[in-house]
Amino acid sequence: MTAPAGDAGAGLPRWAFVPAAVGGLFVVLPLVAMATRVDWSGYWSLVTSASARAALALSLQTSAASTAVCLVLGIPMALVLARCRFPGIDLLRSLVMVPLVLPPVVGGVALLYTFGRRGLLGETLEVAGLQVAFSTTAVVLAQTFVALPFLVMTLEGALRTAGSRYDVVAASLGARPTTVLRRVTLPLVGPGLVSGTVLSFARALGEFGATITFAGSLEGVTRTLPLEIYLQRETDPDAAVALSLLLVVVAVLVIAVTRQGRPARSPL
Amino acid sequence: MTLSFAATLPARGFDVELDVAEGRTLALLGPNGAGKSTALGLAAGTLRPHDGAITLDDRPLVRVDAGRTRTWVPPHDRQVALLAQEPLLFPHLSVRQNVAFGPRSQGARRRAADAAADRRLAEVGLAHLADRAPSTLSGGQAQRVAVARALAAEPRLLLLDEPMAALDVDVRPELRQRLQHLLAGQTAVVTTHDVLDALLLADEVAVIEAGRVVERGPTARVLSRPRSAFAARIAGLNLLTGSWTGDGVTTEAGEVVHGHAPGSDLAVGAPMTAVFRPASVSVYLEERHGSPRNTFRGTVRTLEPHGDLVRVRTDHLAADVTPGAAAELSLVPGTKVWLSVKAAEVDVYPG
Amino acid sequence: MRVRSRGRLLAGPLAVTVAVLAGCSGTDARDGDDTTLTVFAAASLQGAFERLADRFEDEHEGVTVELSLAGSSDLAAQIQQGAPADVFASADTPTMARLVADGLVGTPADFATNTLQIAVPPGNPAGVETLDDLAAPDVALVLCAPQVPCGAASTKVADAAGLDLAPVSEEQSVTDVLGKVVAGEADAGLVYVTDVAAAGDDVEGIDLPGPPDAVNTYPIATVGDDGDARADLAQRFVDLVLSDEGQETLAGFGFAAPDASP
Repeated sequence: MTAPAGDAGAGLPRWAFVPAAVGGLFVVLPLVAMATRVDWSGYWSLVTSASARAALALSLQTSAASTAVCLVLGIPMALVLARCRFPGIDLLRSLVMVPLVLPPVVGGVALLYTFGRRGLLGETLEVAGLQVAFSTTAVVLAQTFVALPFLVMTLEGALRTAGSRYDVVAASLGARPTTVLRRVTLPLVGPGLVSGTVLSFARALGEFGATITFAGSLEGVTRTLPLEIYLQRETDPDAAVALSLLLVVVAVLVIAVTRQGRPARSPL
Repeated sequence: MTLSFAATLPARGFDVELDVAEGRTLALLGPNGAGKSTALGLAAGTLRPHDGAITLDDRPLVRVDAGRTRTWVPPHDRQVALLAQEPLLFPHLSVRQNVAFGPRSQGARRRAADAAADRRLAEVGLAHLADRAPSTLSGGQAQRVAVARALAAEPRLLLLDEPMAALDVDVRPELRQRLQHLLAGQTAVVTTHDVLDALLLADEVAVIEAGRVVERGPTARVLSRPRSAFAARIAGLNLLTGSWTGDGVTTEAGEVVHGHAPGSDLAVGAPMTAVFRPASVSVYLEERHGSPRNTFRGTVRTLEPHGDLVRVRTDHLAADVTPGAAAELSLVPGTKVWLSVKAAEVDVYPG
Repeated sequence: MRVRSRGRLLAGPLAVTVAVLAGCSGTDARDGDDTTLTVFAAASLQGAFERLADRFEDEHEGVTVELSLAGSSDLAAQIQQGAPADVFASADTPTMARLVADGLVGTPADFATNTLQIAVPPGNPAGVETLDDLAAPDVALVLCAPQVPCGAASTKVADAAGLDLAPVSEEQSVTDVLGKVVAGEADAGLVYVTDVAAAGDDVEGIDLPGPPDAVNTYPIATVGDDGDARADLAQRFVDLVLSDEGQETLAGFGFAAPDASP
C-alpha cells in the first residue's frame, strides 16, 4: 500500500480499516442501490411534477423557518446550559436532549397534546386566534422539536470547549454581556454554530414521524418532501425513488456548501 | 486611597484586606493556592464575596453583608482590566482589533479606537504587527499585545495575574522592563512568585498565605527584612522567628540566635525576626565552637544547583556551599550536619 | 404466534452485518418439527387475524403462525422484494391484483368487505350528522389520501353524493385519520366501520346514508409455489379464514361477508 508523503500520525491498527470500510459501505450502498432503481428517462418529469415541486418548496421553507427558530431559541439555551450553574440544570440538560432519543411519532403525539385543539396550550392559542392544527406552523413546530437538540448539543459542546476565559477578559475590557456574546463568544464557537445549524436544517428536512402525527398531510400546506415520498410509494414507486434521490441530493448540497471554506481543525 | 478592598470568602478560607494608592502598584506574593487569584477575581467581579466591600476611586464596586448583596457593579462596568497568565488574544480578530476592543466596547468610534490601539501597540514596540493574526505571534509578542489591549481600555485598576508565568524565561526580562515603564502612574495589582517582578514592578508588597495577609510593606523593606517565611524564601533569605531574650532571639524550638540587633531598648519577650543569607552559612559534619557563631543542627533534605554554588537545604534553613565543599563533605540527602553562621551576618529586628 | 414487522433483506457485502443483526430477531427458528407459517395481513385485520391465528395453532400441533401486519401496499412491496410470506391478506383488490399479475400468489378469494363510516370525537363537537355536513367549511375534516385504499373509497363516496370535500389533511393511513379524530384535532373523518368498532369509546361512528356501498373487498391468497407441505398449511389457513368460523370471527370485528358487496 502506498501512502502520500507527509503527516504519518501514530498509525491505526490495521484491523480498524475493515469495520470502517463495512460501516462506510453500509451508509453508501443503500444510496447507490436506490440510485440504480431510478427511472432516469422520466426522472425530470417525476421530480418537477406539481406535487413534487410543492413538497420540495414546502420542505425548504419549513426547514429554513424551523432552523431560524432553533437558532433564536437554541443559542440562548446552549449558553444557559454551558455557562450557568443552578440546581436541576443536569436534569434540564437531559430533558432538552429527549427529542434525540424519542421516536419522532412520540414527539408528534406530545406536540398534539400541547398545541393541538384540545392540547395544553391549544385552547389558549385558539382563543388568541391562532390555529396550529393542520397548518404549516405545525410542520415548523414539529421540525423545531426534533431539530433543536442538535443545535443545542453541538453548540453547548463548543461553548464548553471554548471555556469562558475569553469572555472574562472581554468583560474586563468594558464589553457589556451582549457585546461579549456578539463579538467574542459566538465568533469563537463559529464552527460549532455552523455545524449545529447544518445538523438542525438536515434534521428538519428529513423530519417525517412528528410531522405526519402532529401536522397532517396536505399538498402545499403540510405535506413536506418526506411525506410526499411516503405517499407516492403507495401508487408510484418510481416517483418515490426519484424524490428520495432528490432529497439526498438536497441534503448533500446543504452539507457540502456549509462545510466549504470551513477549516478542518476542531473549534477552539 | 484608590483601591480599598476587604473581602471574605469562607468557602475558600479567604479573608483579606488590601488597599492600593493612586498610581501605585501592589505585588501580591504567596504560594500557590494562597488566595492571590481569588483576590483578583473578587476585584474583577468574577467572584462574589460572602462579606466585604470594594471601592475604587470612592466608587463602591461591591458591598456584601453576610451573603446579602447591597452593591454589585458588573465586571464590564468596573473599569478594572485583567491581564492573565496567557495572553488570551481573541483569535478571530487582528492584533489591532484586539487592542481596539476595549475602546470600541466602551463606545469609541472605529477610527478613534484604531488610533488608540496603534498608540498602545507602539508603546509595547509592536506597531508593525498591527495587521497580523494573533496565531502568528510568539508567546512574548502575544503577551505584549495583551498588555497593550488591557491598557487601551484605560482601566482605573489593572490586575495582572502572574503575567510572566507562561512565558519562556528568556523573554521575561523584555516584558518586565516594558511593564515597569508602563505601570508607572497606573494603579495596579500584580500577583507573582518571582522576586524580580516584585522588585521591579511593585511599590509595595503584600504576602498572602492560606487566605490571609501575613505581611505587607514597601517592597524594599519586605525583601530585605521579611517577617514571613514566604517572603524570606523568595528574597533568598533564611528566616527564624522567636522572642527577645536579652542577648539574642530564642526560637520556639529553643535555638538561640545571636545577631546584629537594632538597639538595646528591646523588651525581653518581644517578638523578633532574624534573617541571614544562605551564602553566609557554613556546613560542618561536627559541631564547631569559638568565635561568635550560631550553630544549628540539621539533616540535609535537598541539594540543588544555585548559580555556581550548591544550595543545601535542611528542614528550615539553607546554605550555599561550593561544589568542592559539598563533595568533600559527601553531602547527600539524609546527612546529619551542623550549620554555622557568624553573629555579624545575622540581621535581627522586631516583628 | 408471533407478530412483527418484517424488514427487507439486503444482498451483497452487507449480508454478514445484516445476518448478525437479524440473528437477534429469531427469524426462521424452525427447530425440530416446529413449522412457522408467515401470514402477511393488512393492519385493519389485526384483531380478527390474531384470534384466527390462535385458533389455527390450537388445531395444528407444532405450527406457529407469525403475523406481519402493515399497510397492504407495504406488504405487497415486501412480497415483490422476495419476503418469505406464506399467506397474504390484502385490504383491497388492486393491491392483490398486482401480485397476481406478477405471478407471486395463488388465486385470491374474497373473504370480507368493509364499509366506511363517519368517525367523530366523543360528544361530536362539530355536530356532524350527515355526509353533507362534512363539506361545511367550519368542519375540520380528515381523510385518507386518494393514493391509499381508504382514500380511494372516500373519494368514491364523495363523488357518489356529489360533494366537494375539502379536507384539512389527507393522511397516509386510516390509522392516522382515526388518530386525528381520537385526539380531537379533526372534527370528523372517514374511516372503516371496523376501525370505529376497534376504537371503542374513543370515537363515535355515524353511518353513511343509504345502503352500504363503496366498500373495500378483502382478498386472501397463498404466496409462492404450490405443492409442498407448507403450501398445504397455507391453504388450510386460507380455508379457516373463509370458513363459517372465520367469517364469524371477522363479523365480530365489524367486517361484512364478501357476498354483501354489490
